[in-house]
Formats: sequence, C-alpha cells, structure tokens
Amino acid sequence: MDEILEILEKDGRMSPEDISKMTGKKPADIKKTVKKYEKEGVILKYKAVINRELVRENDSEVRALIEVNIVPQKDLGFDKIAERIYSFPEVTSCYLISGTYDLLVVIEGKNLRTVSNFVAEKLSCLEHVRGTATHFLLKKYKEDGVILKHKPEENKRIAISY
Amino acid sequence: MKNIISKKVQIMQPSGIRAFFDLVLGMEDVISLGVGEPDFVTPWQIREAGIYSLEQGFTSYTSNKGLYKLRLGIQRYLKNRYGLEYCPDSQILITVGVSEALDLSLRAIINPGDKILIPVPSYVSYGPMTELAGGRPVYLDTSRSGFKVTPEILKKNIDPRVKAIILNYPTNPTGVSYRRNELSEINKILLKNNILCICDEVYGDLTYDFEHTAFPTLPGAKANTLYLNGFSKAYAMTGWRVGFACGPEEIISAMTKIHQYTIMCVSITSQMAAAEALVSAKNSVEQMKREYRRRREFMTGELNLLGLECSRPQGAFYLFPSIKGTGLSSMEFSRKLLDEEKVAVVPGTAFGPYGEGYIRISYASSFDNLKEALARIKKFLEKRRYGNQKKG
Repeated sequence: MDEILEILEKDGRMSPEDISKMTGKKPADIKKTVKKYEKEGVILKYKAVINRELVRENDSEVRALIEVNIVPQKDLGFDKIAERIYSFPEVTSCYLISGTYDLLVVIEGKNLRTVSNFVAEKLSCLEHVRGTATHFLLKKYKEDGVILKHKPEENKRIAISY
Repeated sequence: MKNIISKKVQIMQPSGIRAFFDLVLGMEDVISLGVGEPDFVTPWQIREAGIYSLEQGFTSYTSNKGLYKLRLGIQRYLKNRYGLEYCPDSQILITVGVSEALDLSLRAIINPGDKILIPVPSYVSYGPMTELAGGRPVYLDTSRSGFKVTPEILKKNIDPRVKAIILNYPTNPTGVSYRRNELSEINKILLKNNILCICDEVYGDLTYDFEHTAFPTLPGAKANTLYLNGFSKAYAMTGWRVGFACGPEEIISAMTKIHQYTIMCVSITSQMAAAEALVSAKNSVEQMKREYRRRREFMTGELNLLGLECSRPQGAFYLFPSIKGTGLSSMEFSRKLLDEEKVAVVPGTAFGPYGEGYIRISYASSFDNLKEALARIKKFLEKRRYGNQKKG
C-alpha cells in the first residue's frame, strides 16, 4: 500500500506538510495524490473513532448483528437485494458472507424496540428475504483495529536510558 | 571496613551524567527524547508465546548454551537474512542481552594489558567492560570523519598489543552505519593485523537507506569475527533480555565456560518468546521499521531547520545533532533544556569525551510527542537567540 495511505489510515488528521516531512515527498505532490485518492474513492471519508461508552447521553445506542438468508435474484445475484437493505439509514454495515447465511447486517438503533421493529417491519418482510437471526451486541472490545480502552496508556519506560 | 571496594571498581568512571539522569527521573510532565529503547511494546504474538510457555509449565533451566529451538531459529534467521552459516551446537550462544555477550567476549579474549579499539562516541559500556576484563580501551575519535572509523584512523592506532575492535553499527548514539565497501576496507586491515572484530549489530534490522552488511559476510571475516545481536531493538523486547553471540567454536566455547559459571542460562520464558519472535514477527518488525524511518525523516529535517545541524543517520533510532552554535556545552544545553522546557535529551559527553558539542535525541517516541518536543526546543533556542541579541 502507498505510504501516504498507510499514514492517513492511522491518523486522518496528518497534514500534507507533516506527511511531506516524514516521506521526503513534496507537499504539493502529496496534496495531488490525496485528491486523486479522494476522487477515485480510495479515500472515502475522514472521521473520528468515538468510544460511545464514554459519551454521557441519555439516548444510548443498541447494536445488533443480523444474519440474513436471502433468495438470490436471477441475473442480479445478491447485489440488488443487498442494496435495498443497506440503503436503510439504520444499517451501519452490510457484508456478503459465506456459510449458512448470506448477508451480515449491522443495525444501530436507540433501543431494543427500534431495532426489533426494524427487523420485524422492514427487514423480514422484504421480498427475497427468507429468514433472519438477530444477535444483540453486549460489549465492544475492539473495532477496526482500535481497542476500546477506558484509560490512556501509562508510560512504562524509564525516562532516560542508553 | 576500609578499602572494601576493589581498586578496579574504584577507578571506574563514576558517570557525571548520573546526577542529570536522577533529575530527569524526578520530574513530571517531561517529554523524554532520552530513551534508548523502542516505544512499541513487544508484539502480542511474542508476549503470548511467553505467557503460553508459563502456562505449559516451562519454568526450568535450559542448557547453558540456550534452548536448542532458539539456537536453531537463529541459525535459520542468519542463513536466510545474510547467507551466514553457524552451527547451532557449537557456534551460537544465547546471552542476557547483547550486554552479556559483549562482557563474555571481552573476558574470554583479554590478557592483562591487551588493548581493545573502541570508536567513539560509543555506547557507554564498551570502555568500562574492557577495563573490568583487565584490558585497556583505546578510544578512536570519529568526530571528524562523520562518526565513522576510517582505515586511516584504524592504522594510526594499531600496535601488537591490540587484540580486538568493538564495532557497533548502526551506531548508538549517532545512528551512523557503514556500507559494505567501507566495512570491507576495515576488514582487510583487521585481517592483516590479526585483530578480532567484535561486531555489535543489535540495530542491524533497523537500517533504512541500504542493506545492512553483517560483518562476518565479508571475505575471510567469519573466522575472525564475533557477531553479536539480540532481540531488544528490532523486536521491541528490551525487558526480556535476550541476545546471542555467533563465532568461531573456540571463542564461543570459551565464552560458554564463563557464562555457565556466572549466568547459567537465560530465563526460559524469554527464550521461548524470542524463538516465537523469529517465527512470526517479521511483519511487526517491518511495520515498526517503517514508522521509525518516517520519524527519522521528519526529525532530521526539523532539527536542521532549527539550526541544530545533523546529518541523516542511516539506522537505529537516534540523531546526534550539533549544539555548538548555541555556545553551550552538551551538559549545559541538556540541563537548561530540561529546566526551562521540560524536554530530556542525553548530553553527547555521556558517550565519551568526543561527544562534546552534541546531544543524543531518540526518536523512539510517538509522533505527537516528537512534534511537541520540537516546538519546545524551538522556543528554547529562540529565547536564547533573542536574549543574546539584547545583550550584544
């Protein structure tokens, strides 16, 4: 993978100037490359990774992983029905998977009821959907390579050594 | 009790740097660029192997030479990486870090009064270890040749009492390394004069601009070289204390004799973890290396912009910029920088007298830390410049 992508994937706030100082490439060239990646959709978005458990708000969120079994459509396979499912704003992730089920859909809602309503009223009654199995998420330990820890790492090295 | 301490230890240089270090350790909110170890923790697969070995009840001694599994792993590593062949039964010894390997090699070869060549600035232990073993360190000043020992410097210091040279590259504290042709010249002189090469290549896997040359791969060098390496730096395993020595059977077996009476063997947990490191941590090492390389690029550029001249080092994670422009000594600079801006660096004089006028900066620290430290150094330098102008 391009070094610029490797740097940005770790820290999206890294400026072209800083990346330039780290790689020896010209800032203008880096800007151009990043623009190209954005245009091509290689870089889709920049966002913060938020540990929701520490956000003190009343409207807590509920997440569920839903396995969905579907009947593929002629000529279109799974893509068309997947699109109908992932277009719902409640769906945060959607994957085609191998195994007993076809789609793995991640749903986010304000509470248990909104999630179950979504499954019962929207998802299950879609044409081509044969069945679903819902797993509510109890605790998140790690997401996309980030360990969701509550306290910052303490420094374990001694301050001066040879 | 009068004169309880041996003369040998009494005359050992009590490090003047110690007081400065104690000061750093007692302060809070210091950004330290004085750390000589990786800022990464040991990759998980290695830690896991250590834990698993404990669960399985591996809590005993190992053979003096070290776990066969680990020696075999090292043999394969050296063969794949450099095409070097060492016999795991007779030519490889597992030690408590490279430090022990170095101590053993000096004690194994030195007769009282033998001279050991040490290019300086160098890692702090080489001189004292030589003295403890009864030898006489001969310090080779490299400060006028880009911190590299040259054939000229070498030739000037050779006499019949010189038994060995300690060659460390990439070098702590300067980050300087040697290309193959440069090493080749050095090797020819060593062979001609029958001087053993003790090469400390613990930073070998952290070489950025060219392929690292293992000294024993040079023509005719293998029978005349003790190759020392360890897991501390490349695998971020400093606290595990695992190193190794490879060399001619005669020297390794002499070292093993001392090792078996003084150390017995390296902790089995650490050896198990190190064996795993050789099997599964290649990607982690590469990842860390890429990160260091970026920081090096960043820091070299920024320090030069600030007027602290430094050439781009080729390896390890150190920079050795000149602070001569400030008119301060290394120690004064380090003390004031710590007092005024709470940034810790190591004065160049910690690495021998020829380090005066320089400081060692370690970039084994997060990017955010490095940036903040640079901002503070900038403030420190500007204040000084402005102050001087006012006075003048």
